[in-house]
Amino acid sequence: MPAIEVEGLKKNYGELQAVDGISFSVEKGEVFSLLGPNGAGKTTTIEILEGLRQKGGGTTTVLDMDPWSKGYDLHKRIGVIPQGFKFLDYPTPREAIVYYGVLFGKKVDPDELLRRVILEDAANIWFQHLSGGQKQKLGMALSLVNDPEVVFLDEPTTGLDPQARRAVWEVIRKLKTEGRTVMLTTHYLEEAEELADRVAIMDHGKIVAMGTTEEIESKYGSGQRMIVKSKGDLLKYLKENTKLEVEGEGGSVTIILRDKADAFVALGAIQESGVDWGDLTIRRDSLEDVFLKLVGEEGRSEKEGA
Amino acid sequence: MGFSGRRMLAELGVYARGNLRSKEGFFFTLVFPIILILLFGAIFSGGSSGPTTVYIQNLDNGPISSAFMGALNSTTAIKLVPVPTNQNFTQYLSSHSSTDGIVIPQGFSSTYIANQKVNVTAYGNPTSTSSAIVFGITSEIVNAFNLRGASGAHSVGVSMHTAVSSNYKYIDFLVPGLVGFSALTSPMFALVNISSTYRRDKVFKLLSLTPLTKTEWLTSKIIWYIGTTTISFILMSIVGIYAFGAHITFNLGIAMFLIVGPFFFVSLGMLVGTISNSPESAAVVGNLVTFPMMFLSGTFFPVAAMPMYLQGIAHVLPLFYMIDGLTNVMIYGNFGPAYFDVGLLLVISAVTFALAVRFFRWRED
Ligand SMILES: Nc1ncnc2c1ncn2[C@@H]1O[C@H](COP(=O)(O)OP(=O)(O)OP(=O)(O)O)[C@@H](O)[C@H]1O
Ligand SMILES: [Mg+2]
Repeated sequence: MPAIEVEGLKKNYGELQAVDGISFSVEKGEVFSLLGPNGAGKTTTIEILEGLRQKGGGTTTVLDMDPWSKGYDLHKRIGVIPQGFKFLDYPTPREAIVYYGVLFGKKVDPDELLRRVILEDAANIWFQHLSGGQKQKLGMALSLVNDPEVVFLDEPTTGLDPQARRAVWEVIRKLKTEGRTVMLTTHYLEEAEELADRVAIMDHGKIVAMGTTEEIESKYGSGQRMIVKSKGDLLKYLKENTKLEVEGEGGSVTIILRDKADAFVALGAIQESGVDWGDLTIRRDSLEDVFLKLVGEEGRSEKEGA
Repeated sequence: MGFSGRRMLAELGVYARGNLRSKEGFFFTLVFPIILILLFGAIFSGGSSGPTTVYIQNLDNGPISSAFMGALNSTTAIKLVPVPTNQNFTQYLSSHSSTDGIVIPQGFSSTYIANQKVNVTAYGNPTSTSSAIVFGITSEIVNAFNLRGASGAHSVGVSMHTAVSSNYKYIDFLVPGLVGFSALTSPMFALVNISSTYRRDKVFKLLSLTPLTKTEWLTSKIIWYIGTTTISFILMSIVGIYAFGAHITFNLGIAMFLIVGPFFFVSLGMLVGTISNSPESAAVVGNLVTFPMMFLSGTFFPVAAMPMYLQGIAHVLPLFYMIDGLTNVMIYGNFGPAYFDVGLLLVISAVTFALAVRFFRWRED
């Protein structure tokens, strides 16, 4: 029985179809990440799963419950950081944790939780005076007070410095080792690559790709490429004298390596061309390349026009 | 989804701390009530300090009663004003806006000389400072007379009577009026504001993710504002009594109104904040509801002093019933009408509370 199951989920705001029939499921203990450009529908999706918004259509189950109608029971078993977490102005992080402990009827050790999210130094500062990153860390701490089985994190590291980001990553890794299910949205592809067992790329309310990062890279990526910097017209030479698939812009030429032989052909041809060259690298499409390919510039400008 | 006192108290603790830590919260809870009463008290009370005026009716005419009056006159704390013997004394008192007076009975001198028991009657309002002075001085002089008496027997007694006059000073109305004003404004403004800022900052969403219920949340706010209203009441009473000589009868009836008033206005504030969907419209609706009550319910002026058509309006404003009830118990000690006021307020509060909890959404559709 998966922790989260979504089938044909839809949600519209008036004319706008924010979530357009998406389906996926997240296994218990899995870290699942939703990626997508601004306005793709990530927050809408995650808030429906948290029971904070009502769905427009389809079915959703979290821990075997309908999140909207069984919200009160579900909330005792899930942890949530909303996007752009804000809290009351005056409680300190320590007070906030104690308060949540009472609300959930859980014994919590505020110091332990504060240490866990590296917030000990700000334990007694009023929330309104915390820095952006410290606020976010308190959100993280509060989402864990009730010892949740499923944790929903909507852009938990946005606005954090690299150190703090890594600290949050550590917390998320620990959640996984403790067997909790994590659903994470992020704009940082490396974050998804680092943490997620599987990712789904969302655009315009639809899932355009889903799987492990390797699966997505090999399915939607262009495989290995050789990139060469050259001063002369290497691109022209290669196009005229070889059967290689090449593309280029500026002084850089990209040769698609369809198989291993292509690499030898390419190297030979470059040498024969007599063109001055340097900086040769071989790389594969990263998740970021695939992401940009799938939700390209065109998709974005269309979105802005809408 | 039962009601948990622990959760409610945790929420109350967080809210109370927030209010005490915020400058505005502190100001409106502790400083503002004092400013209000000082301001309005000073503007409208033509303060007359000095000796307490005591009306005295001497029905006797013998030598002892004259001596008695002479003794009373020699104290500087009171100023004796004789009342003609043909007047009904209590009516005379009330028509002169006073509660303080002494009546020396007919045959006082002869009875005293015959060494038989005789009483003078002291009228006063037991809770007012001036009456305490009258009772005190009368008893003292009576004691002195008894010691001087031939036999040393306690032949003169004092019988005390409570007099409540129907004419009161402005300050007497001001205290319940301003307590009502506080009970209205603090929770209304706070809750209308909270309902929009919490929604904007998604604090309601956060709360909905915890086991805290809307009823617990709203109850904690009611308790907090019962607290602040009680503090306002205490501060205003102290200032009213000591700075302006207000006459206040302290009794449990007051507590009913200090409870039911905030109960109603917290619920109303939440309902207003809930049914208007933007912060701007919430503020507008909030003011539309608050301002008429602020001025027409007897806050600054007794409703009875207003033109008839405004009195008609006052009678549909809930704050009127709180101030009316408070005035009844604080000044007149008149519980019958106060029970009606409190009963009416309880009913509309319960309905408003239920509606607020029902319509107040902390998730979105
Ligand atoms: N309450 C709402 N009313 C109207 N439109 C909304 C509402 N909430 C979201 N939208 C719209 O729905 C679309 C999806 O929004 P959503 O917040 O789910 O995107 P997102 O993927 O989380 O974006 P981001 O990465 O910027 O957080 C957006 O176009 C947004 O403007
Ligand atoms: Mg979002």
